[in-house]
Amino acid sequence: MSFPSLLDGPDLHGGAEPATSHLARLGLNLLSGSELIDALDQSDLRGRGGAGFPVGRKWRSLAGRQGPRVVIANGAEGEPLSFKDRLLMQARPHLVLDGAVLAAGAVEADQIVLYIGREHSAAADAMLHALAERPARERGLIRISRAPVAYVSGEETAAVQFVNRGVALPMSVPPRPFEAGVRGRPTMVQNVESLAAAALIARRGGAWYRSSGTLLVTVTGAVARPGVIEIRLGTPVAEVVERAGGRPGSIQALLLGGYFGGWVAADDAWDLPLHPERLRATGHSLGCGVVAPLPVDRCGVAETARIVSYLAGQSAGQCGPCVFGLGAIAETLRRIAIGLSRPDDLARLDRWSAELPGRGACRHPDGGAGLVRSALGVFADDFAHHLARRGCTAARPLTAGVA
Amino acid sequence: MSEPSARRWDGPRGVARVGTSRLSLGVDRIRCDGRGYCAELLPEMIRLDDWGYPIVSSERVPDHLLDHARRAVAACPLLAIRVAEDGRSR
Repeated sequence: MSFPSLLDGPDLHGGAEPATSHLARLGLNLLSGSELIDALDQSDLRGRGGAGFPVGRKWRSLAGRQGPRVVIANGAEGEPLSFKDRLLMQARPHLVLDGAVLAAGAVEADQIVLYIGREHSAAADAMLHALAERPARERGLIRISRAPVAYVSGEETAAVQFVNRGVALPMSVPPRPFEAGVRGRPTMVQNVESLAAAALIARRGGAWYRSSGTLLVTVTGAVARPGVIEIRLGTPVAEVVERAGGRPGSIQALLLGGYFGGWVAADDAWDLPLHPERLRATGHSLGCGVVAPLPVDRCGVAETARIVSYLAGQSAGQCGPCVFGLGAIAETLRRIAIGLSRPDDLARLDRWSAELPGRGACRHPDGGAGLVRSALGVFADDFAHHLARRGCTAARPLTAGVA
Repeated sequence: MSEPSARRWDGPRGVARVGTSRLSLGVDRIRCDGRGYCAELLPEMIRLDDWGYPIVSSERVPDHLLDHARRAVAACPLLAIRVAEDGRSR
């Protein structure tokens, strides 16, 4: 069936699609409730917020619980390189709302919170406007909550805590949100693109998604036309970079999956399929769908130092290993990048990044550590040059890329 | 339940483990302040990182270490560590 699917319809830059156009184009949902959950299982749709959890299984885990339930539609896109969630909310708000309402119906939730980043003004305006076009029984279920501008705001326990008491910081688990979330109720936190995909699966079925499903990726960095594009599941990296106007010869490596993802050397990246499971099988992560080529004249060590410094600064500051571990890794990377390395720096980076995963309330330290480990491999030659105080292969002055 | 007893000798370390409980260790990372008592009381399963925060084995607690694990749990001034079925937390 049709391609694109999520971004099909009127001009993306012409503002939010009105309800009339949305309904004329897509019609009503055919599947709902347990039939829809079965279709989601069949579709093998994975969560598009970054973790890639199977959507059908998430809905099922909520559906089986007792008492009033809550759905949080997660549109807090804290990843600095990702723009797909805000574009989707901005341009196709009714698809997101369809998905949220279907989710609430399937898991028997009587409350939906649209959790939208405070910086995503256009997206929030579009959602609010779209909400006014919905039937009263839906409007009664839904409210909008604006997430603080921070990397961790979109983490699912942070979303729950913000709705509960206005503090968007991750919480220790258990209990997980599906056990006890908003006001202690079983709560489903689902990324807005996942909800939009579910709304299409409700119309076209699980088999359709499995064979012709799409996902949104943000292409940024060394390309002529950075932006959000919709691709079929499994599209190779090379095709995506080409569509965005990137020239393979000018690219040395790619950051896949965003700041929680990892670096891949360009020659190893071109054939990789942008598909959650198939990419995972190659040892890489689709994350939130960021594809960011690094040009040949930029220093991968300095770029990694900049990103990890950002992540260390974005730690919620609640867990020692994240505060001290990620902080020390960032500082060491900065020293190496500006030519002030110490002899055992690489060994320390290797040990610290191996010790970090699993040692925070959320996965913030895991994300930073994974990025560092990928950098140590992909930019091994550059690290060696920096440690030998010879500078790196990139033409720029060493300090240029360091925040 | 066996009576709490002095540390049982199970032969050379790593050999002749008689059994493994269904219990594992979990740390509430937000509560944990890196006091380090746990690592002192259960060095077989807990060591400290460069800043004094615990690195905890994800293995199940062997029977012969259960008493020591419970002592480590009881000693934490912040009640940050627990031993439970699937006690692992993030």
